[in-house]
Amino acid sequence: MAVTAHIKEHPAYFHRFDVLWTPTVLILDANGIERARNEGYLPNSEFRAQLEMGLARIAFMHKQWVEAERRYTEVAERYPNTSAAPEATYWKGVSRYKVTNDHSALSEVADELKEKYQGSVWALKASIWLH
Amino acid sequence: MAVKWNKDVDAALAEAKAHNKPLLIDFSAAPA
Repeated sequence: MAVTAHIKEHPAYFHRFDVLWTPTVLILDANGIERARNEGYLPNSEFRAQLEMGLARIAFMHKQWVEAERRYTEVAERYPNTSAAPEATYWKGVSRYKVTNDHSALSEVADELKEKYQGSVWALKASIWLH
Repeated sequence: MAVKWNKDVDAALAEAKAHNKPLLIDFSAAPA
């Protein structure tokens, strides 16, 4: 489901959702809670990756760990050259860890991030999990 | 897949809740 809100037609929506810049895209869960916010233009593949990250975030925040891992894995595999990929890889590992309680899930994604996305903030965040 | 665009946030929120679906809101200032 999708809503389009134009500043001239629905300025109240901008105030209601604290939107100060356009384009802004919000992804809300079924309870109306904001789970993702993308501010500014993105090219197609980056935008699609961010939308799918939003759906993965919804699953994660609802503690649907298996679904979250599946969605993050899909983002990392479908959009490996986007800015979403290292973040998706990080959260894929966290979701896996939530399912298994096995720390090797974290060290594995730390290795993967070091190999594929060294220099990204997500590789730095995962670096504490390296062997 | 075609996206069904709505202009009423409250109606869309109610529909999202009823169908347990996420909701995307696109804020724009682009000229029509």
